[in-house]
Amino acid sequence: MSAILEAAGLGKRYGHRWALRDCTLAIPAGRVVGLVGPNGAGKTTLLNLAVGLLAPTAGTISVLGGRPDAPGQMARVGFVAQDTPVYRRLPVGDHLRAGAWLNPGWDEEAARDRIERLGLDTRQRAGSLSGGQRAQLALTMALAKRPELLLLDEPVASLDPLARREFLQGLMEAVAEHGTSVVLSSHLIADIERVCDYLIVLTGSRIRVAGEVSELLASHHQLSGPRRGPGTLPAGQEVITESHTDRQSTLLIRTSTPILDPAWTVRPVSLEDLVLAYMSRADSAAPTRPALGVAS
Amino acid sequence: MIEFQLDETSGVATYMQLVQQVHQALRLGLLELGDQLPTAQQVVAKLAINPNTVLKAYRDLEREGLVRARPGRGTFVTGSVPGTDPATQARFLADMTGWLRSARAAGLGLDDIEAIYRTALRDTFAEGVA
Repeated sequence: MSAILEAAGLGKRYGHRWALRDCTLAIPAGRVVGLVGPNGAGKTTLLNLAVGLLAPTAGTISVLGGRPDAPGQMARVGFVAQDTPVYRRLPVGDHLRAGAWLNPGWDEEAARDRIERLGLDTRQRAGSLSGGQRAQLALTMALAKRPELLLLDEPVASLDPLARREFLQGLMEAVAEHGTSVVLSSHLIADIERVCDYLIVLTGSRIRVAGEVSELLASHHQLSGPRRGPGTLPAGQEVITESHTDRQSTLLIRTSTPILDPAWTVRPVSLEDLVLAYMSRADSAAPTRPALGVAS
Repeated sequence: MIEFQLDETSGVATYMQLVQQVHQALRLGLLELGDQLPTAQQVVAKLAINPNTVLKAYRDLEREGLVRARPGRGTFVTGSVPGTDPATQARFLADMTGWLRSARAAGLGLDDIEAIYRTALRDTFAEGVA
């Protein structure tokens, strides 16, 4: 399967600070990708590199097989920037007219239909819409382009739970209808868990883990048992996080082979466990936090 | 037409929840031969989940012989959940009751028994969990 977004050694530096570093990725087509990480981790930088708003300092990135700044690329990629920007003084209807004028593949009927179903008044200025309505307008604009890839930067961060759910419903409906590939950054793991089938954890400007959600969940386990050092694990079991009391060890490990040691109690991990483990592992300066769910 | 619900606190994978709800609906007679399941688009429009999750659930149901996808038309019920034979159920109930009595007689408490049951259950079904 061809990669929809491919990066090799990709980096972006501002002065002395790397906003993104050593980023190597190959995201297959047809996925809904969750890009997770704390604020300032480099999520926005990666998305801006993918749409050609930034140029890389190091390495390469290709999107849909082409350079992000290649001609014609804009029409194939939809982008909703942080805080779902709209033209505040422009009425909803004029947004659609501008979209039709600027985009060769504009689906006017779908755009009008979506606005109508959302109950938006085309005469209303975008600046007076609620946060949820504004996000939906921005999504409608991005979808009406009929993009092959849709990139969304924290689209639901500022929305209330109902507006967030409605936004994700609309997004998933479009994915079901058109098979659009999506990359969505968020720090709301519950949302990621619901809609994403591919996960990228980005912290401290580096990618910590990337892969199919189902494969990641199947290959990570939480082990607890009598205290011992990580050196005693069989080859092929990579420790992501560990915590120890004087008697007990609790590890989160990655392995593709079965865990045979009967001393361990093995638990499956949730997506949240997995994300938190990679986040706390990256944060090596901080004291080791006890893993979740440790029985005393 | 049935409507799916999600229990986010159950810890059960989303696709598996959909599969189980179809099983349940078949057992309860809410779904019968020839009935249509909601389309992936209808399900995601309500639950805001990944469409591939719905398709994975429907593929599982198809493998079980319970539904069949007709291209361009939708997914339809083509089978029923085989109810376990009452005699078999009674036999296992008797076995289990006997086992529990001897466990109690040996001094095991409810917590001990639950721990043993869960461990055995997990070990037995371990291969089936993706």
